Amino acid sequence: MRTIRSLVQGLLCLIVVSLAAPAALAAPDDDGRALLEALDVDSYAAKGEAVTAIADSGHPQSRAWLEALLDGKLQRQDDGGRFVVVLANRGRHWPVRDALTDEDLGEMSRRDLDRIGINNALRGQLQNTLALLDLHAPAVSARREAARDLLGEVSPSMVEPLNGLVENEADDEVRRLLTQAIAIQRLEQGDVGAVEALSGSLNTSVRSALSAAARSDDAALAKAATEALAGIEQKQKLNDGIQTLYFGLSLGSVLVLAAIGLAITFGVMGVINMAHGELIMLGAYTTWGMQQLLPGQPGLALVLSIPAGFLVAALAGIVIERSVIQFLKGRPLETLLATFGVSLILQQLVRTLISPLNRTVVSPEWMSGSLMINEGLSLTLNRLFVLGFALLVFAGLMLVMRRTRLGLEVRAVTQNRAMARSMGIRATRVDILTFALGSGVAGLAGVALSQLTNVGPNLGQNYIIDSFMVVVFGGVGNLWGTLVAGLSLGVINQVLEPWAGAVLAKILVLVFIILFIQKRPRGLFPQKGRAAEG
Amino acid sequence: MLASRSWLSRPFRERSTQIFLGVLLAALAVVTLLNLIVPAGHPLHVSTYTVTLLGKYLSFALLAVALDLVWGYLGILSLGHGAFFALGGYAMGMYLMRQIGDRGVYGDPVLPDFMVFLDWDSLPWYWHGFDMAWFAFLMVLLAPGLLALVFGFLAFRSRVTGVYLSIITQALTFALMLAFFRNEMGFGGNNGLTDFKELLGFDLRSDATRLGLFLASGVALALGYVLCRAIVASKLGRVSVACRDAEARTRFIGYRVERVQLFVFVVSAMLAGVAGALYVPQVGIINPGEFSPIFSIEVVLWVALGGRGTLYGAVIGALVVNYAKTVFTGVMPEAWLFALGGLFVVVTVLLPKGVAGLLASLRRRRDDGAVETPAQGASS
Amino acid sequence: MNLLKEMASRDRVFDFMAPARSPVDVRHGPILYLEDVSVSFDGFRAINDLNLTIDDGELRCIIGPNGAGKTTMMDIITGKTRPDHGSVWFGSRHDLLTMSEPQIASLGIGRKFQKPTVFEALTVFENLELAMAADKRIWPTLTARLSGEARDRIDEVLVTIGLTAHRDRPAGILSHGQKQWLEIGMLLMQRPRLLLVDEPVAGMTEQEMERTAELLTGLAGKQSVVVVEHDMGFVRSIARTVTVLHQGSVLAEGSMDQVSSDPKVVEVYLGTESDNTEDARC
Repeated sequence: MRTIRSLVQGLLCLIVVSLAAPAALAAPDDDGRALLEALDVDSYAAKGEAVTAIADSGHPQSRAWLEALLDGKLQRQDDGGRFVVVLANRGRHWPVRDALTDEDLGEMSRRDLDRIGINNALRGQLQNTLALLDLHAPAVSARREAARDLLGEVSPSMVEPLNGLVENEADDEVRRLLTQAIAIQRLEQGDVGAVEALSGSLNTSVRSALSAAARSDDAALAKAATEALAGIEQKQKLNDGIQTLYFGLSLGSVLVLAAIGLAITFGVMGVINMAHGELIMLGAYTTWGMQQLLPGQPGLALVLSIPAGFLVAALAGIVIERSVIQFLKGRPLETLLATFGVSLILQQLVRTLISPLNRTVVSPEWMSGSLMINEGLSLTLNRLFVLGFALLVFAGLMLVMRRTRLGLEVRAVTQNRAMARSMGIRATRVDILTFALGSGVAGLAGVALSQLTNVGPNLGQNYIIDSFMVVVFGGVGNLWGTLVAGLSLGVINQVLEPWAGAVLAKILVLVFIILFIQKRPRGLFPQKGRAAEG
Repeated sequence: MLASRSWLSRPFRERSTQIFLGVLLAALAVVTLLNLIVPAGHPLHVSTYTVTLLGKYLSFALLAVALDLVWGYLGILSLGHGAFFALGGYAMGMYLMRQIGDRGVYGDPVLPDFMVFLDWDSLPWYWHGFDMAWFAFLMVLLAPGLLALVFGFLAFRSRVTGVYLSIITQALTFALMLAFFRNEMGFGGNNGLTDFKELLGFDLRSDATRLGLFLASGVALALGYVLCRAIVASKLGRVSVACRDAEARTRFIGYRVERVQLFVFVVSAMLAGVAGALYVPQVGIINPGEFSPIFSIEVVLWVALGGRGTLYGAVIGALVVNYAKTVFTGVMPEAWLFALGGLFVVVTVLLPKGVAGLLASLRRRRDDGAVETPAQGASS
Repeated sequence: MNLLKEMASRDRVFDFMAPARSPVDVRHGPILYLEDVSVSFDGFRAINDLNLTIDDGELRCIIGPNGAGKTTMMDIITGKTRPDHGSVWFGSRHDLLTMSEPQIASLGIGRKFQKPTVFEALTVFENLELAMAADKRIWPTLTARLSGEARDRIDEVLVTIGLTAHRDRPAGILSHGQKQWLEIGMLLMQRPRLLLVDEPVAGMTEQEMERTAELLTGLAGKQSVVVVEHDMGFVRSIARTVTVLHQGSVLAEGSMDQVSSDPKVVEVYLGTESDNTEDARC
């Protein structure tokens, strides 16, 4: 009976295996069985050789076997039956798997199984072998991972094989990590020469090994280690600095995106658009809506949201311009009040039509995660994308302003409305287009913001005052000013944050701007000369 | 009481001020009578709840008058007058907090509840003195006045005007709001100051005190109105208008424009502080929400709706908008923001001179043939 | 020159000792002199080593093509623009470069802008009232009451500028010419020692121009008057001395006949004389 059953099982196994990997393993896994058979001997020396053979075989299961062997979970059915891996060894009946086919064999009585025994020497050999095994993995990333795990974990017996590996390793990063791993071991032995290999590393294992060495009785070693630590500290500070700068630029890029549309409408038309924040909000909601239309494709939805967000906000802008702003020419403070009313209406509209609660906008996979610069520094991808997007939008606007007919007309109207009109420029058309452009850019800002913050009816409100600050700080009607002001305010904010806290940092920035305006009432880059004075 | 020819007596000779004071005092008297004499349950009875509500409106009206003084006559659109209002309110709130004494939840004789909660063991220095009414009331004037003085000095000296000034006043109140939200500031953070018990020994929950506060608000509004009127009717008032319409010209005929602006701005801020101090005991709480830029802009709407540069228009606007707000938020809260937003648009586009301007032009149409006067508040 | 500068700077040390409204010291002749004044905007030199002297009681006309720096020169004298270098003295005692606009105004320098700027919301009478020489600090202004004397003085000026009939009407409804006169009237209320008048007859009818010429020539002698004007006919009708400005410095100076026969002036003005539309600004 048993033979029949095993035959059936063997056949089943064969079918499964042949389905899974028809070319490689068309026949039953005889090589694997032979490797395991070699373990089932009495001599520990022979077992040691068998372990080496398994490690060198490159068999896909080899790692699992060796781990099981180390834990005493690699066992064999009585009388030369199958090799199995015990999954849990509690009670009388143990759940097991076939070591060769990985097939679930249900539970077996512990009495039917024989453990393949190991001794201490073999245990040590197994630990080293396992550690080294991953260093042979074909994928570079796996090898790096394994090498990083080895930091601080190297036992004296591993030094030799590791040294061999370093010589044969092709990847620089793996080599560096291995060298450091060996150096930590040497350092623990009191080797001053090892310090040099460790200096400059930001890894925590390296740092703890160095600080341990810095406390050692060996004065020379302690001194060298202390110096190396100081160097590392320095590097860490630099990293932190870069990190702060990155967050600052990221915040700044958001400010630039939010403010640049405002700079255009404010600078060109003298319109204080308090509804600008709500146009940003519309852009963000467009992204959300797009993702509802295209479920499961957040990336595509996001890409499509860029033109869609622009159009939605630009259309809303045109409606605002035609229905309200055109009647308030030359009365900037009145446009402020009227557009504030519009902003209240838009907010309430979103609350009523969609929901007063925040909506979640999914980030596509290619935007999540982060970019690793070194061990102490990684840059989140979504912020990097927004930063790049902001610069692209800025460059695009610059192009529109400098190279197109619209840009020329806009600049003409900005400088002298009456004169531009008499030159045949249709100022009304320029107004509509300018407002649409400024609003559309707000929409783009919203699309970008949806990737960084919650999308809710209050989204715009949170940015409107900051945006005005950026425009005022940079100087009205000056795109470069807006860029510089936005980025520098972002950085200032992030620099202040660690020691002042987020809220106080914001307050300090506001106070700074209020004081700055006293010194330079027309911003960083004022328009000079006679025309600029009222 | 006043020398008959003093600048302060001037308003009493004006017909508009006489009418305004007459209507206001009559209204105060009527409400008082309807509250005290007419029995509860009678349709004409005015409940104490309504009296307090009206008192709140009156304190808002005073705030609106203060804003109209700087916006209507000086041409400075402050989007941060809520900050002065709130500072006055906080000064009053601090006094009321100290009056609680050991009747707080934690029963500490000196420290307000929120400080005990935050584990503070002594009063911050700026809380000292607020147990004395005279000091607290002085601070109601000085705190907003000092802020206005410093801010105005910096701003007007460097000739920050127009839109820029409006934006930085908004930034000012926004920064203050953020600051007052912080627990570390020692003003109760998010929750602000509340649970008041007594004012000058009067129980704040008693009907008599509430009526008294309502009357005090009315009297404060009357006095504030007369003071503003007196300034406006003086030569300084005409200089203010001159600064509003042609700043450079005013400077060239020898006036220190920045000093005129500073003076009027500080007076206005102090009046706003008084309004805040009257508001707090009536609503029973002061929190950083009063610093929010939206509140300040709403105040601007009251003045715009009523008609700026008239003072009485500001009062009308404050009363109308706040009454509408009470009604709307009671009946259909969803619609209030639509209505408020729509009001902003309608007033600025269709009613640039507000209700007062509308009334004036109706009157002019009636007196056919009268000379057309030019726009009062040219572009600001 | 250096000696003069030294004397000037020595004089400045004693500035603080001088009373607030010390009389203008004109014993040494000129009431106003500008010396080596230069100013540039964004690299453009609007005024270039300008030297100019105005005598007490003189009526001086300043002409020059667009961009010659006429308005900028006035801005400098009245303290609106600070020069990059040079010195500007009012009499021999007051260094104008150390003073603010209102200080300069209360010293007795009145200015009329190119575009008439009056306080449109106030009545003609109130316009003159505000301009009147008085204590212009805050409290005195707040408590000020109009004396009978002041009323008479205002009425007197109203007669001079011919606006008595419009006394209580808002200045905003006056005609262009009437606003110009009101502005001159406002200057007169200040009892200035020196009047700077920028294009007083731009946009005026022939009749109005004649009246303005009368007004200005009537003022000279009591006050020093500097008129910047484009209209050559008008300049010819009032001018005793004419200064021609070109590219920020003095090109020629003398009587109208001398100046108009100067070949340099002719060259500069060739074809540009009729240009009367310099952009309006205040």
